[in-house]
Amino acid sequence: MDFVNAIILLLNYIFIPALTYGSQLALGAIFVTLIYGILRFANFATGDMMSFGTMATILFTWYFQSLGVSLGVLPTALLAIPFGIILMILYMLLIDKFVFKYYRHQKSPPVQFAMVSIGVMFVTQAVVRIIIGPSDRRFFDGEKFIIKAREFKEMTGLNEGLALKSTQVITIFVTIVLVSLLFWFLNRTKTGKSMKAYSDNEDLALLSGIDPKKIVLVTWVIAGILATIGGVLYGLDKSFKPFTYFNNMLPIFAAAIVGGIGNPFGAFLGGYVIAFSEILLTYAYKKFFIYILPESMEPNSLVQLLSTDYKFAVSFSILVIVLIYRPSGIFKGKVL
Amino acid sequence: MRKNLNVIAAYSIMMILILMVGIFQSWNIALSIFNLCLISAVMTMGANIQWGYAGLINFGIMGYTALGGLAAVLISVDPVQEAWRAGGFDILMCLWLIIVMVLVIRFILKNFEKSKLRTYSIAALIITGIIIIRVTAEPGIEKIEAVNPATTGFLGGFGLPIIFSWIVGALFAGGLAFIVGKVALGLRADYLAIATLLISEIVIAIIKHEDWLTRGVKNVIGLKRPAPYEVDLQTTDWFINLVEKFNSGKLSVIDNLADRQAALNQLVIEGSSVFVKLCYSGLFLVVVIILLILTQKALYSPWGRMMRAIRDNEEAANAMGKNVVKQHLLIFILGSAIVGIAGAMLVTQDGLFTPGSYRPMRYTFLIWVMVIVGGSGNNFGAILGGFVVWFLWIEAAPISMFLINFFTAGIPETNAIKAHLIESVPYFRFLLMGLGLLFIMRYRPKGILPEKIEIK
Repeated sequence: MDFVNAIILLLNYIFIPALTYGSQLALGAIFVTLIYGILRFANFATGDMMSFGTMATILFTWYFQSLGVSLGVLPTALLAIPFGIILMILYMLLIDKFVFKYYRHQKSPPVQFAMVSIGVMFVTQAVVRIIIGPSDRRFFDGEKFIIKAREFKEMTGLNEGLALKSTQVITIFVTIVLVSLLFWFLNRTKTGKSMKAYSDNEDLALLSGIDPKKIVLVTWVIAGILATIGGVLYGLDKSFKPFTYFNNMLPIFAAAIVGGIGNPFGAFLGGYVIAFSEILLTYAYKKFFIYILPESMEPNSLVQLLSTDYKFAVSFSILVIVLIYRPSGIFKGKVL
Repeated sequence: MRKNLNVIAAYSIMMILILMVGIFQSWNIALSIFNLCLISAVMTMGANIQWGYAGLINFGIMGYTALGGLAAVLISVDPVQEAWRAGGFDILMCLWLIIVMVLVIRFILKNFEKSKLRTYSIAALIITGIIIIRVTAEPGIEKIEAVNPATTGFLGGFGLPIIFSWIVGALFAGGLAFIVGKVALGLRADYLAIATLLISEIVIAIIKHEDWLTRGVKNVIGLKRPAPYEVDLQTTDWFINLVEKFNSGKLSVIDNLADRQAALNQLVIEGSSVFVKLCYSGLFLVVVIILLILTQKALYSPWGRMMRAIRDNEEAANAMGKNVVKQHLLIFILGSAIVGIAGAMLVTQDGLFTPGSYRPMRYTFLIWVMVIVGGSGNNFGAILGGFVVWFLWIEAAPISMFLINFFTAGIPETNAIKAHLIESVPYFRFLLMGLGLLFIMRYRPKGILPEKIEIK
């Protein structure tokens, strides 16, 4: 029985939260990696673009709520996502037209692109804060839990409860669907294949008659979908605050690079690598050991490798180590 | 003279703008803007050395600034004897352990061939080392943090004058830059940017959460000042006389003796804070001028020419026998050290150290906007960038307030959109910075004062 308790404990405090957080990171990381692979720059406006998409979705959610439309047990935000995506894509295309296009035609070095994206970051932050303000917002409605910890205890008679939030299930489910659709698109359709070709070798791709304008357009559309959904899922699970979204850019970058930048599948796995290592290294295992060890060997301390304050630092350290020893990422991305 | 005309013109305009703030708003605001402009100028000079001279991208400015601030705390605060007695031994033990660990790793790296076994054993060594250090430090840290947590709860510093911290801050930042440079400088530019950004976040995380060293988010307040205190000035005779002399015209108009005394008191209170700020301005100006002379000399020295050669064509410079790796490391350290000075200056001026306030927007990206806007590779440009951008950053709110009121003049105050816009005035500064950066990068990519290399 103690063994089952220990497993439930790990599931409840490590596995499910890490899977949820990892999915949110993974969507962002694929967004970063696509932009890097096809448009060839590190987009420092990643976090803020995600917050723009989330903001658009929240505005539509409020609108629907005021109309009295809802999805019952599911959050209304799911209904608003498509509208948020459209706004996000329009914003991205606008930015591309007025900012990035010029540098693409100039064939500017990646550093210049990165600098320009910082300008975009400032502008986007301003836009988001002017429209919705910098405060913390929760826009989740509907049923909060699928399984409550207490109910689970009563149901199974175990000491440890397993709480399953509906946002966690939604996040994981949506991520799986979205990512499988994306990989199907990239690997099976003609446009997807031409995107891959363009990412591999621009000149060859152009020679074989691929239209760069179309590639760029499709990339921004996919990026808009990923950014909005990733942002909304994070916001539903935790809360929406522009500053947090800006900060999330850092673990997202870490995930993209750890997975091998330019490689969407690597970025997808990288999200989970980062999320799991953050949570595994900062979790206090005391209770776990109390369950599985005999009474005489029970630990006195928290058995915590690093304090939770260093959550972010863990992912950054992983990234730094990967950058130094394997700059192309764990799953081989573009070689530097 | 002619060729420097644009420099002189740009600086004159800047000075006039600050003077206008002094005349129309208040001298206090003008001086605090001016002081922070000077500090920003030091930071931009540091970033400019790295980016403008050598083409190295450093997004870790925040980390070096915070280290400079930490130096200010460690130098100026009096040591907390009780905390040292409680946990000092454990902490020193830990320091020894870290040194031993580093030496052992160095020994392994030097004496064994590169192999999988070596990599794994080093990894195992680091992990066991961290566990041992945590176990040794834990009781000491707990004891230290338990010593009077409301006011101290940390080890304190050395109790020296805070001015020394400007040098120590440079050393701290340079030391960190040495480690970062050794590790990350081989990376391609945009990866280097991300790596330095993340490393600076790690530094901030450590400063924020190691309470025994920095008091963490509990902040250190009331640091010693290199300038006199306002309260002391207000009771000093010569200062009161000075204020009276300056304002004799204004005061002589008032006939009533009591009223005149009240007016004088008010003037003395205002004057004292202006005087303190002027003291800081003087100190900062000295630093800026010394750094400017040094960096100008360096720019036109053989070393400066070599750096430009490396920046413009690394391979050719390498072929000419220049040690590119070593020079990159050197310039990375120098630039970061200058940023460290600025960090210490900032904490000195504020008189408090708040680790929670170090955010990449303010301390990394804003500084980069300054460098790009001012003109990379040109020291005068970098300083000007620091002035212009900081001035706009502070004055953006009043300017946008004015613009909003101007354009919505016909709309009643109760209009929801107008009220919302007025409420979000503070965020227009981000918009202004972003648009400024985008426009400069598009239409004047070399900045307001572009780099100018004269061949004599």
